Amino acid sequence: MRVSRRRAAALAAAMTMLIGGCGGSPSGSDGKAEANEFSVALTEPDHLTPGNTSSSYSITVLDALFDTPVHLGADGTPVMAAAESVTSTDQKVWTIKIKSDRRFANGEPVTAQSFADSWNATAYGPNGWTNNYYFANVEGYDALNPEEGEPAADKLSGLEVVDDTTLRVTLTAPFSQFPITLAYIAFAPMPKAAFADLEAYDQAPIGNGPFVMDGAWEHNKQIRVKRSPTYTGERAAKADAVTFKMYASRDTAYTDLRAGRVDLLQTIPPASAAEAKRLLGDRFVAIAGGTMDYLGFPLFDKRFAGADLRRAFSMAIDRQAIVDAVYDGTFQPMASLLAPVVPGYRADACGAACVYDPAKAKQLYDQAGGFSGTLNLYFSNADPSYEQWMTAVANQLKQNLGIADIKFRKIPASDYLTTLRQRKEDGPYRQNWVMDYPSPQNYLEYQWGEGNRMGWENKEFDALLEQANSAPSLEASLPLYQKAEDIALAEMPMIPLWNWQDQSGFSARLQGVELTPYSANLHTITVKRS
Amino acid sequence: MRYAARRLAQAVPVFFATTFVIYAMVFVLPGDPILALAGDKPVPDQVLNVMRERYHLNDPLLVQYGRYMLGVFQGDLGETFTGQQVSELLQDRWAVTAQLALTAWVFELVVGIGLGVVAGLRRGGAADTAVLAGTTFVIAVPVFVVGYTAQIVLGLNLGLFPTAGTDEGWPASYLLPGMVLGSFGLAYVARLTRTALVENLRADYVRTATAKGMRRRRVVGVHALRNSLIPVVTFLGIDFGNLMAGAVVTEGIFNLPGIGQQVFQSIQLQEGPVVVGVATLLVMIFIAANLAVDLLYGLLDPRISRARA
Repeated sequence: MRVSRRRAAALAAAMTMLIGGCGGSPSGSDGKAEANEFSVALTEPDHLTPGNTSSSYSITVLDALFDTPVHLGADGTPVMAAAESVTSTDQKVWTIKIKSDRRFANGEPVTAQSFADSWNATAYGPNGWTNNYYFANVEGYDALNPEEGEPAADKLSGLEVVDDTTLRVTLTAPFSQFPITLAYIAFAPMPKAAFADLEAYDQAPIGNGPFVMDGAWEHNKQIRVKRSPTYTGERAAKADAVTFKMYASRDTAYTDLRAGRVDLLQTIPPASAAEAKRLLGDRFVAIAGGTMDYLGFPLFDKRFAGADLRRAFSMAIDRQAIVDAVYDGTFQPMASLLAPVVPGYRADACGAACVYDPAKAKQLYDQAGGFSGTLNLYFSNADPSYEQWMTAVANQLKQNLGIADIKFRKIPASDYLTTLRQRKEDGPYRQNWVMDYPSPQNYLEYQWGEGNRMGWENKEFDALLEQANSAPSLEASLPLYQKAEDIALAEMPMIPLWNWQDQSGFSARLQGVELTPYSANLHTITVKRS
Repeated sequence: MRYAARRLAQAVPVFFATTFVIYAMVFVLPGDPILALAGDKPVPDQVLNVMRERYHLNDPLLVQYGRYMLGVFQGDLGETFTGQQVSELLQDRWAVTAQLALTAWVFELVVGIGLGVVAGLRRGGAADTAVLAGTTFVIAVPVFVVGYTAQIVLGLNLGLFPTAGTDEGWPASYLLPGMVLGSFGLAYVARLTRTALVENLRADYVRTATAKGMRRRRVVGVHALRNSLIPVVTFLGIDFGNLMAGAVVTEGIFNLPGIGQQVFQSIQLQEGPVVVGVATLLVMIFIAANLAVDLLYGLLDPRISRARA
């Protein structure tokens, strides 16, 4: 007994030494505290060529490396950045004046040609770049993207470089929202140097923004950027350098934020939101984003053809209860097709049809003749929360409308959109929309416009969108979009559910954090000197 | 030597069969990987076709596999959908996983055998009971629970280890994940050692050795333990392959950019070349580990190698 006890004690001592001795210093940032640089938690970007990525992680990095023609203020209004002005008399031919004193990180001047080169490359089909379709409304797009065979041209005929500081863009149809779209990363310029070796450029992009790459992109580990020596724009960086640290798991990133090993995290997991709020206090920031969840109906299935039935579904769903249960109350129930950050948003656009009222819902449902057969609910397996909220929806429909036979159709994520595109669904499905730019048009036209997924057709709606798109100004377009939204809500081919919220947190070292739905504004952040 | 050569020859069909099965499994996964990459955004047909051509997604399975294998023998493991060379990708990640697996393996070996010996020598004693209870607990609790708990308690609250990442390098960054990853195998090693030792201590040759007046340390250390280690060596050999392959969860929790993380991401993106590339290398490691185990047997028990010669 004595021997084993002594051995156990020795082992315990050895373990303690092992643990204590090799603990290292978890707060490696202590040494860096004086340095005016900080770190941002991120997930590995797919690409760093502005035309070839729509990943929000890539965009966080590119937003630091590039100035697009226009930037978006906290309220979604366009502010001129690389452009001096964006004007048009007919909303079809647009003149973009480029600021003349700007340079790329390699010293090359930013001219109208830099924008034209970048946009042409993105629109050129054979390049296979992700943001290709953003240029579909520029004249000459079809010649670069033929259905069959090689393209006849490699430059958009609608892009005309008038002189070094003037770019003229001709669209296929009037589009009043064009200035807002110019804030998207696909519209960033690229220097001549990029086109010598596009693959190398993707690994080490040269931009015109407040930061420049500092060293190579260390895949799955980090990307370091430092303050640009050549930048003369409005977003001059206050910090010396920023390190983007790559995380495979949000939970781990959040643990590292708590341990002080990373300074800014923009994706705190919903399950940790309450705790983060308590621990971080005013360093926890919740921002309503542009992402919306909807429940869509396949109108090509006759059973869903009646608007009353669809409204009854909407009134039978207790959005607040689901948001509280599944998303810890961090998402916001919606009575609008547009996200709150979008100009033209009305909190109560939907009216009674989006208010939870089981009695009225049942009445409306019976009036509409009810529903026969199996109700299949479609969603993907991309995130477990989808199944959770669909289950809640199913329970409420069962309880409030008396639909007994409800089945779940959980589709593999990679197959989900194909299923919807081919119209294989025969029941309500989860629809999700990530905003590209804050305009009602971005939501309404792509989801309810011609050729939409639901198979919904409404001439009045289409006509209103066309009018709004050719309205003389952004302000003048909003009432027209709202009228169109009213029609889509009255017909309810798709039920608005809730708006996503981004939960961010930052360390006590940082000051000047100004997060908006559109940008992390890394250039405003500095490290406290204590 | 002939034995080793025969084992190597056996590995060739194993190699082709496993890689083909894995390639076919990735191939038949539902959905279009290119469309999935684009998410909810429309993809023009032209872009779609270019991407499908680039990754040969329009070819039948056998042609794709043949083309891939041809590349492998020329040292080309293909490229990912984001345009990275798989060989480069694995080069970076391989080192991380190897360091993690080795740390876990050494932890398993040293602490596992140590605990097993302590428990086995004092069968029924307090230490034995503690080891039995502890290992049962470790085997019962899923690795992600152990991982997150260790990360929060030892990493975040006590600050003994870095919480995640590889910033501190080896060994500091790998100790905690290594211990978590190795905890499961450690429990097995401890139990195997204990059981085998208990049995051997009762064997005739041990009694004879003790009767000859040999010192206890020598009886246990040279005679009993050496024989007891045969099942343990088998387990440790196979487990090294497991550690390399099974680090998906641990690498995720501790944000180590290793092979496991890569395979997980690649299966989701249906990146056949990456999954097959990793599997190919893992198959080779398994084969090598098994070979090493067989050769080690001979050293521990000469009867085995003689019987086979």
